Amino acid sequence: MNVVALVAATLVTATPLLYAAIGEVITERAGVLNLGIEGTMYAGAFVGFLAAFHSGSPWVGLLAAIAAGAAAGLLMAFLTVTLGVNQHVSGIGTTLLLIGASEFTNRLLFGSGTLQQISKFSLLFKGVPGLEMYLLTLVGFAVVAPTTWWVLRSTGAGLRVRAVGENPEAADAAGINVARTRYAALVVGGMLMAVGGAFLTLAVLGTFTLNITNGRGWVAIALVIFARWRIWPAVAGALLFAIVDAGQLQLAITPAFAGVPRELLIAMPYLVVIGALALAGRGLRYPGAYLKPYRRS
Amino acid sequence: MRLSPRTHVPRWLTPFLAVLALGITLALTAGPIRLAGANPGAAFNYYLLRPLTSSYSILEVFLAATPLLFTGLAALVAFRSGYYNIGGEGQFIAGAIAATAIAGALPGLPAVLALPIGLAGGALAGAVWGLAPALLRVRRGIDEVVTTLLLNPVALLLVQGLLNGPWRNPDTGFPESAPIPAAYELPRPIPGARLHAGIIVALLIALAIWITLRHTTLGLESRAVGLSPHAAAFSGIRVERTMLKGALTSAAIAGVGGASQVMGLQHRLTGEVSLGFGYTGIVVATLAALIVPAAIGAAVLIATITVGAESAARALQLPPQMGRVMTATLLLVTVCIVLFRRYRIVGWRRIFRRRT
Repeated sequence: MNVVALVAATLVTATPLLYAAIGEVITERAGVLNLGIEGTMYAGAFVGFLAAFHSGSPWVGLLAAIAAGAAAGLLMAFLTVTLGVNQHVSGIGTTLLLIGASEFTNRLLFGSGTLQQISKFSLLFKGVPGLEMYLLTLVGFAVVAPTTWWVLRSTGAGLRVRAVGENPEAADAAGINVARTRYAALVVGGMLMAVGGAFLTLAVLGTFTLNITNGRGWVAIALVIFARWRIWPAVAGALLFAIVDAGQLQLAITPAFAGVPRELLIAMPYLVVIGALALAGRGLRYPGAYLKPYRRS
Repeated sequence: MRLSPRTHVPRWLTPFLAVLALGITLALTAGPIRLAGANPGAAFNYYLLRPLTSSYSILEVFLAATPLLFTGLAALVAFRSGYYNIGGEGQFIAGAIAATAIAGALPGLPAVLALPIGLAGGALAGAVWGLAPALLRVRRGIDEVVTTLLLNPVALLLVQGLLNGPWRNPDTGFPESAPIPAAYELPRPIPGARLHAGIIVALLIALAIWITLRHTTLGLESRAVGLSPHAAAFSGIRVERTMLKGALTSAAIAGVGGASQVMGLQHRLTGEVSLGFGYTGIVVATLAALIVPAAIGAAVLIATITVGAESAARALQLPPQMGRVMTATLLLVTVCIVLFRRYRIVGWRRIFRRRT
């Protein structure tokens, strides 16, 4: 097996999951399950591509994707925080809306014809085996993950996020603005999810195709629970998933596994996560206010 | 001006809110439609009215509503018992696989046996697909949203694996199964229309659920568990067992839907057997406020938009994805609007008084 290719493929696959899972950790720590994640990634991928296509710069694309992610987070926040609507339904609805709107706009602007190429991000450390990676990958692992971990653990903002997710009544009594904190968590989380999606168009593919996120948002949701709402286990989970995924691609071209259906290997990561959840079992401690809207009584 | 909990819901309120939700949805989608260069009025005519003006297109609407009614009822049953089954998509696909497998394994059966066995096989497969998340929930307390959700892509991969491998059509070489034997084809009672008996099965299931929820102990217990598991447990209801029944019934209904789609419409298994019907089922159940008769209306409404979106795409050059945008917008607007069933605005009259 080619180790260098395996490392490169692992990093590429892990990056969108890393951003999305960190974003979801933040929102769930604040007490909101954001099932809009799949649509937010999808919109990030599309808006990033669209802005990069018109401006000629992937950086403009990235900024546009971040703005789209913030808007998606605001929509989720309005539904689940201000109105206190059921979080599952809000999330599924947000995902359906964002995917539908992205595909509608895509069809409107580009028709169903050929794919448009954009100038995409280039690789860092080009030519150094095992180190070739995109800037977004490096930033994700070396900046975003440690920063989020530190903010959640050691800063006042992180404490407020955890407080409104664990016990909003107590947080409110202590003078924390529950609604504003949850809004902030959903907006920041949405930005990260959108960056994860935009990585697919701006770095990996250089174009936009239908079904581009292909369930990665759902994988991120699983990783967050697998990681028990902590940053570093979520990072490890993203890497583990990516290794299994890259491994199955490598295995599929290995003669010994020629008879194994490719689809079974692709399905492995999902089954691994469900198995891990089953093993973790009752030991899981959900955030105290998970799925619960807060309204002063 | 503030919100205050309602003590009772007036009779006129629910229909009023439904009309209001539809009106707000149209107002919100008019902008994008205009940007796309189409006249919103003409587009809404295509989406909501024209499909219901000819008998052929009405039957096409009912055909499109059939899988949505199955998945909508599946979501409704689960949500009513407090179990958030987001896995209708995978369970629907599992049912489709099972019906195809049975048709392939028992090709010689007469229709009187083939039809019930095929549909029952779909129900069983759906329930099996939903079993692991349901057991994990009731036995080990693992949130079912994630586990049911993650089995959806697995089901899709299973279909693709079968169609690219052992079930690939030997005659055409396409990734689709060989046609099922004629005995397994659900009857099409109306000559010249594709509408099949699957919709009758769906309506019978709707009736059964409606009666069960309203008039049986199981239905009462199920609703109690859905409203408040703690209170239900306190009053002696076995919460786990009741929730398990709801979860498996839900999964089985989605499975029958998959079987009905293969046996009634496609007559073979393809990778596109479900066009996101499992997720749209959640929309149907939510629009219907988890009320069974309303679910029929919601399924027909979304089917009308779906059929209309296709004809509007041809007539107005409006991308057909607008149908999905409109459906999702309607869902989000509805979940906001239904809050007024629980709360009323008090003090709004004072605003006018102050001005005068």
